[in-house]
Amino acid sequence: MKRFRFNQQEIVFAVFALLFLVFSIFLRGFLTADNMLTLLQNVAVLGILGLAMAIVVIGRGIDISLIAALAVPPGLVLQMVQNGHSLPASLLAAVLLTIAFGLINGWLIAYAEVPSLFATLATGLLLAGLGQTALFQLDVVQWSPGMDGFERLGQGTILGIPTSIVMFALACIAVSFLLRQTRWGAYIYAIGDNPYAARVTGIPSRPIIVLQYVVAALIGCFAGLVMAASVNSMPTRIFNSTLIYDVILVVVLGGIGLSGGRGGVLNVVIGTLVIGTMLNGMTIMDISYAGQNLIKGVVLLLAVITDSFLNPRNEETAQQGDI
Amino acid sequence: MKHFGSPTKATVAALGLAAMTVPALAQQGLDEPFQKPFKEALAGKTVAYVPVAMNFDLTEGWYAGLKKELEPFGVKFVIRDANWNTNAGAQAVTSLISEKPAVIVVQNPDVQTYAKLLQRAENEGIYVIQINMGSAYRSSAFVGANWVEIGERQTEAVVKACEGKSNKVAIIQGALSAAASAYTLKGVENVLAKHPEVKVVSSQAADWDAAKAKAITQTVLKQNPDLCGIVGFWDGMDIGTAAAVKEAGLTGKVFVATSGGGERKGACELVKSGAFDLDMSYDVPTQAAQMAGTIKWLLSSGVKPGSIKGSEYTTLIPITKENADSQMACWNLSDLKK
Repeated sequence: MKRFRFNQQEIVFAVFALLFLVFSIFLRGFLTADNMLTLLQNVAVLGILGLAMAIVVIGRGIDISLIAALAVPPGLVLQMVQNGHSLPASLLAAVLLTIAFGLINGWLIAYAEVPSLFATLATGLLLAGLGQTALFQLDVVQWSPGMDGFERLGQGTILGIPTSIVMFALACIAVSFLLRQTRWGAYIYAIGDNPYAARVTGIPSRPIIVLQYVVAALIGCFAGLVMAASVNSMPTRIFNSTLIYDVILVVVLGGIGLSGGRGGVLNVVIGTLVIGTMLNGMTIMDISYAGQNLIKGVVLLLAVITDSFLNPRNEETAQQGDI
Repeated sequence: MKHFGSPTKATVAALGLAAMTVPALAQQGLDEPFQKPFKEALAGKTVAYVPVAMNFDLTEGWYAGLKKELEPFGVKFVIRDANWNTNAGAQAVTSLISEKPAVIVVQNPDVQTYAKLLQRAENEGIYVIQINMGSAYRSSAFVGANWVEIGERQTEAVVKACEGKSNKVAIIQGALSAAASAYTLKGVENVLAKHPEVKVVSSQAADWDAAKAKAITQTVLKQNPDLCGIVGFWDGMDIGTAAAVKEAGLTGKVFVATSGGGERKGACELVKSGAFDLDMSYDVPTQAAQMAGTIKWLLSSGVKPGSIKGSEYTTLIPITKENADSQMACWNLSDLKK
């Protein structure tokens, strides 16, 4: 067993390289600088969300409510500006809402000890429902003149690179710094690896768990702002879409084990690249929607199976895994 | 009394009185015999509204319009919001059948799911009015857009814009399961069949999702920078399509046709900004007024539900640069709610 042990990251990278090679040879127009930028641009928001999910999954949790954090606070910004509030005030309100939301998630999971899957499932519905009933007039919140200038967060280019890619890169750097350079990051890995051991050694695990969910919600909100800027509106109904599965797909495919404690930003980048390449290639080939879902489903299944082969559940992880 | 002193005068007056009975009464006001039964037919009646979801311009607009027309007559409204869930909608219709409102106004998520239920409702004595998305069952009234026509007129405009250019077009569909999307596609196909010179380089479903529409359009534009037109299926989603066109610097070069309910921010403003070149509007307030008129007519007529059936296909308003500024082309939800 030990002799041929690739880790998942390497396997997925190999898959990516293979896909890339095949598309480059057989698909006219795939391997052009323009198309490469488009490819990245199309998955930048997904990648940013993947980073948020990664932080939580590394700490042995999961955040199903991420899409609500993506949709509702940025939607609030657009709605408030539409109603005549200033952009900074609206942004502040959105950030406060996001932090409050992250705190609720974190409190439920760390202190009330509700399993993360159920806690975030419920809070996500709560936030989306709050948005629908109390905050937004319509599901699609339109851009208004007060927002002018803000669209640069998601449109246009910086030094020739589309802005959304730059935003993804910035988010990567920030999360990488948090996970690798700070004590908090080390604590997240420790908690994900073995929460009981982490607590025994004196790591303040509950506050760190709260921190994870607050950071994840904030990153989700950031992704939402980039998305809203990029399409000049906030379709808050995206909460009902299957985007959250794509996010989980990115994380798992990239090789961040759902049992926690493993992986990092690089895994998210690789996962995002694979998805981006697949989506781009399938769009160029004009594969039908159903066909695309089939292919995505098969790939996710393969990734999960590979994950359980490579990171087999031992007694320790089987006992403690929430998911 | 002095004036009636002489007998002749009295006779004349008496005759005159007799002859002038009607005009004399007219001065006191005349009872119009039909308004009372009409009011009675409407007062206290319940109209149940089952949209596929609230919170978007179409369903909010219909609701506001219906309420404005009917509530002054004492009609009560109940909403059963299916919230994009077909099962929840079917359950809502089922429970409404036992609650027996006078009218059910329903927007079908697809052709089949509610069909049997709506037939049962009419058998139970409830008028059923279907909006924009009809089911396989034809009920008392259908009020809504002709999706095939929408697809045809959008495509005709795109084909025309493509004359003398590359003749390459892309189609951004809605959700594959939605009949509105499938009907529109049929309209697109009808026109394309007549124009073999036009080549469809991409025809993909973006799930009514602006972000997906943008991603698809970006990729298509990179592959086909000489694309001359895009047929999109809903303006709420095609904001993304238009954003991709704008980012590629092709606004004005790629003709973007779409359709929607004609809400000002979602339609006219975007046509004015150049994001869309054509937005086929099915003018929600007019649809609401037609529905309200139909409800008034049905309730006051007393016809047996299901015994008469008819359709009111919406007259479409093509919103282009020419009329995007006019007050009539679009509507504001906030005004309709007032």
